[in-house]
Amino acid sequence: MSMTGLDDLYREVILDHYRSPHGSSAVEDPQVEVEGHNPLCGDELVMQLDIAGGRIRAVHIEPRGCSISVASASMLAQQLEGATLEEAIALKKTFQAVMKGGEWPAGFERGDLEALEGVKNFPVRIKCALLAWMTLEQGLAEYEPDLVGEVEADRDIEVITKKS
Amino acid sequence: MQQVTPKAQATPLKTPLDVTRIREDFPILRRRVHGKRLVYLDNAATSQKPQAVIDAISHYYSHSNANVHRGVHSLAEEATDAYEQVRGKVCRFLNGDEPSSIVFTRNTTESINLVAHSWARKHLGPGDEVVLTVMEHHSNLVPWQMMAKDTGCTLRFIDIDDEGHLRLDHLDDYITRKTRLVCLGHVSNALGTIHSVRTIACAARAVGALVLVDGAQGAPHGPVDVQRLDVDFYAYSPHKALGPLGIGVLWARRDLLEDMDPFLGGGEMIRNVTLERSTWAGVPHKFEAGTPSVADAVGLGAATDYLTEVGMHNIRAHEKYVVTYAMERLAELPFIRIFGPRDPADRCGLVSFVDKDIHPHDLGTVVDQHGVAIRAGHHCAKPLMHRLGVVATARASFYIYNDHDDVDALIDALIAAREVFGLSASR
Repeated sequence: MSMTGLDDLYREVILDHYRSPHGSSAVEDPQVEVEGHNPLCGDELVMQLDIAGGRIRAVHIEPRGCSISVASASMLAQQLEGATLEEAIALKKTFQAVMKGGEWPAGFERGDLEALEGVKNFPVRIKCALLAWMTLEQGLAEYEPDLVGEVEADRDIEVITKKS
Repeated sequence: MQQVTPKAQATPLKTPLDVTRIREDFPILRRRVHGKRLVYLDNAATSQKPQAVIDAISHYYSHSNANVHRGVHSLAEEATDAYEQVRGKVCRFLNGDEPSSIVFTRNTTESINLVAHSWARKHLGPGDEVVLTVMEHHSNLVPWQMMAKDTGCTLRFIDIDDEGHLRLDHLDDYITRKTRLVCLGHVSNALGTIHSVRTIACAARAVGALVLVDGAQGAPHGPVDVQRLDVDFYAYSPHKALGPLGIGVLWARRDLLEDMDPFLGGGEMIRNVTLERSTWAGVPHKFEAGTPSVADAVGLGAATDYLTEVGMHNIRAHEKYVVTYAMERLAELPFIRIFGPRDPADRCGLVSFVDKDIHPHDLGTVVDQHGVAIRAGHHCAKPLMHRLGVVATARASFYIYNDHDDVDALIDALIAAREVFGLSASR
């Protein structure tokens, strides 16, 4: 049976992240704590960030959702540890643009996120891949408003900031 | 791909329906999805439409289209007759007492909002209680929350047991002398539980409370007799019962409708209008402001005829037969957990379940690739999901055109999902 679309969606690297997500270790005294919800499907996650000197020192994420939202959150945790806030926002913006049909800029360090490109062929699942990133943006926007600028509201995703 | 062949002598039940012939009436069932036969198991969201309904709407626009209740020309008269005739059909369908007690709305949600606005806001205040259940669809919860905030009345919730039955043993604790209104679903859209509306209506009567039934999952799936149920309001959405999207039904006791104020103001619902004030048309027209969806009403008439011909008792028996088979087949899969009543007699043609290792959204995506349409999510019943300790479930819901082969396709697709995720299908 040909399941090209499915094989492309559920790549092994995605399933690996789903089975053992990054970011499970607790963060002591986080500077940012946000909860993201997808009210349409019930997916949710809690994100804590330990930030010092303009860099993300540690990310803790507790995701409750489908493989796509969990894998995307795990990749976020993996990729953003040690990143500057500017790098974090740039990655969010680029990844979002890719999910909405754009291409990765040439030479862009995309890591495992590349594996999520198959999600583009399943439009209803794009919001799953974006949940963690929208949550991140909202958390950083309240931590350092000048850096992030105006946050584009997404009707599919609701973010509650607990601490920033 | 692993295939599991259905067990021999799977179920002793028989269906009274000729499903092969019924399927021929539904043009959409001939289409293919991802190269596979469409297996439509999302009937609790909306049903498919038989050719007779599609033709009735098309014929209305091709031959009789005009606005209703105004104009003296022939088309206006035909359109008005067609529209008002459907009121009579729907009234008979619910065994209401008179056609004027049927109000056309846009959907069940609007019907419930109408009662919340026009009855509850007028009559309820601090100290009064409205009793709901923890398993209501958001459409039978949110309007009451809004109403309670405005009036100061209190909402109380009947709990469920672990199988998803209402705790009728504690009814006296919930339905008391303070209770003015009891609102409950006829059948749960999330678990399929058929509620004992009569038992609850009886308890409500004893304290002088009114009863509203959200029949969105009731009316499509079995005979409804509002007089025998002894309720005051019954709402449903014809699009879940072979009818078109865009029209809803509210049946209410005529004396209550007389006493209620209008919901929306505008054309069609007035008797006289001056610049300062207006008086209202009679029941039911004072609740139908603006131009109604006449074509959808005509389609509803055709759908009601179709259901009546198939027979609502037969539909109930058929769903029991399909859901019994579905529960047997799902029980063969060790990785599947079923929610709701264990006895298929206590549920309509609906099964909510989870794969212990695969999130319902992932299941939904995978089975869709096999042509199988199921719902994955919280089913607009987030408080119930919380009560069950899950964020979401997968839900297969059946109707008159579904049979064993559809259940088998679902089972095969669920097994295929295990493969996609590199999981064993035998544990």
